[in-house]
Amino acid sequence: MIELLIPVLAATLGAATPLLFAGLGELVTERSGVLNLGVEGMMLIGAIAGFACAVDTGLGAWAGLAAGTLAGAASALLFAIPALSLAANQAACGLALTIFGVGLSAFIGQSYVSYSLPGMQPLPIPLLAQIPVLGPIFFQQSAVVYLSVIVFGVVWWVLARTRLGLLLKAVGESPEAAHAIGYPVLLVRYGATLFGGAMAGLGGAYLSTVYTPLWVQNMVAGRGWIAIALVVFATWKPSRLLLGAYLFGGVTILQFHAQTLGIKVPVQLLAALPYVATIVVLVLISRDRRLLQLNLPASLGKPFLPG
Amino acid sequence: MHLLEPRPQPSRRMRWLAPLIAVGLTLVTGTLLFLALGKNPLQAFIVFFVQPLSSGYGWSELLVKASPLILIAEGLAIGYRARIYNIGAEGQLIMGALCGGGVAVLTDGMNAHWILPAMVVAGALGGAIWGGLAAWLKTRFNAVETLTTLMLAYIANYILSYMVSGPWRDPGGTNFPQSVMFGDSALFTVLIEGSRVNASVFITAAVVLAFGLYFRNSFVAYQLEVGGQAPDAARYAGFSAKATVWISFLLSGVTAGIAGVGEIAGPVGQLNLNISPGYGYAAIIVAYLGRLNPFGIVWSGFLMALLYLGGEAAQVSLQLPSAITGLFQGMLLFFLLGADAFIDNRLRRSKKAQAAKAAIQPTAAAPTSPAALPHES
Repeated sequence: MIELLIPVLAATLGAATPLLFAGLGELVTERSGVLNLGVEGMMLIGAIAGFACAVDTGLGAWAGLAAGTLAGAASALLFAIPALSLAANQAACGLALTIFGVGLSAFIGQSYVSYSLPGMQPLPIPLLAQIPVLGPIFFQQSAVVYLSVIVFGVVWWVLARTRLGLLLKAVGESPEAAHAIGYPVLLVRYGATLFGGAMAGLGGAYLSTVYTPLWVQNMVAGRGWIAIALVVFATWKPSRLLLGAYLFGGVTILQFHAQTLGIKVPVQLLAALPYVATIVVLVLISRDRRLLQLNLPASLGKPFLPG
Repeated sequence: MHLLEPRPQPSRRMRWLAPLIAVGLTLVTGTLLFLALGKNPLQAFIVFFVQPLSSGYGWSELLVKASPLILIAEGLAIGYRARIYNIGAEGQLIMGALCGGGVAVLTDGMNAHWILPAMVVAGALGGAIWGGLAAWLKTRFNAVETLTTLMLAYIANYILSYMVSGPWRDPGGTNFPQSVMFGDSALFTVLIEGSRVNASVFITAAVVLAFGLYFRNSFVAYQLEVGGQAPDAARYAGFSAKATVWISFLLSGVTAGIAGVGEIAGPVGQLNLNISPGYGYAAIIVAYLGRLNPFGIVWSGFLMALLYLGGEAAQVSLQLPSAITGLFQGMLLFFLLGADAFIDNRLRRSKKAQAAKAAIQPTAAAPTSPAALPHES
């Protein structure tokens, strides 16, 4: 049984990585009080930018990942200008970004449909990779998987231990108070939003240059929305987000291994499982209003315009 | 970085000007895009906006595409006025099509007058169930509707995919995931010879008139608006916030579901995986562009339909991917939201100008409290 489960668990980490990147980015954005529903669009823009860069320059997956990160941040700016500087409805601006990203990525992607990339070789970590069971699961992954865990560590540390994290949370809790003390509310929100875009772009580029590694129209397939749901599930705490991302990575992977595990359900219905699971976890968290409110940034989704 | 300051009073003129500004800015950006792609912008605009309307058939296709967009947007607008953000109308459309199409598949070969009405009812029910599911999740479990409606849309798509590749696949057909082609009694009558315009446009027209003339001025609509915008006031007045959620979702589910039947019993003629080119998502933009007004939605629906036709024409004549439609849709919504910001706000004046003005009218500069500012378009 263990032999059967090792590849499943190892693949879970890979499947969880885009969710972890995008989720961490959105968590930071939301902690500053900004609700960006454009994650799906930013991931798609990152995915096509990364893929196009890797194909056109021939510089490989890392160049693609860098391009995807930059493109994601740039696309977040499209959201930030109306939503932050013009104080427009954040939910609607995010939706516009998703619609735009779906269209833009399909438009550019048309000429990249027939290409494929070599992907990325796994990078076994010396010694650790030799540990039975744990080694093949955790320490024979691609470098990007390790990077996602490093990003998690940095986000956790900044939020919990630094002045910057405190400032970010203060702006999300009470922009009026932060503004009155003299903190640059809008600057912090721009920064958090661009970070969210960069991480979503990185997650998307990972999908197209390392995970698949192909370009398929709409290949992000709702992962951006699942990442937003994961932030709610995590009650805005990075450690719970990590847990949620791996949980969902497992659910995503399940459909590919269902047959070997002896589960007989039509493929289409298995493919719907992550979306059903998203609703289930949303329900589980949201029904307990107290738990939901605990870390909810008080100004989430509300525009801020100093008088 | 702060570009705006609040207006003393919201601008009514801006409310109706904003969609025009948004369309104008989209055209300007489109020109730049065509230039960047090395296409002649003038030629591109002719292909996009003139060519589709230069024949009778083009106009009929405009109606074929506008009808579902308007129908869905009418339902969505009611929810949006109550600040219920149902963004998964695509899923409600698919479930409507699936239930309506189920009737057609199960009665295949039969010839009866009740089949088409039964499909419409089944479609309305299917859409209402899918919308109602989100209403239940919100009222019972407090689950945020933007995420649940979207997840339900993905789920609906997989259920459709399962049904047309499994139980309801055309047994006499190839291996494609599609049902049998529907018989005449499961199809809307074509109104104009040689076109695809069918009797389902009457449903859309009836809904527009019903919502525009009656529902908008009804007490229920008033309750919905109060329930959505000021839940506490609504509770005080004895209106139920839960009822607001349920009515919004059921109505938008019904309209989207019927729109789904209009597609499968109209231009598509069967169940397959290409029932809707994203009408459920485009209808969100249609609703906002039409100012959530039942009659405003009619013109924005036709505009969006033109964008779809233009995208198809651009693919044929300019060798551009038809996904350019989605690109324009996103831009249009961005510009609209940006322009909408000027309803409640105006450009911030420089400190000097403000000081000069304050010197003339010392009492006029009463700042509004920040709490009064946040608005939703």
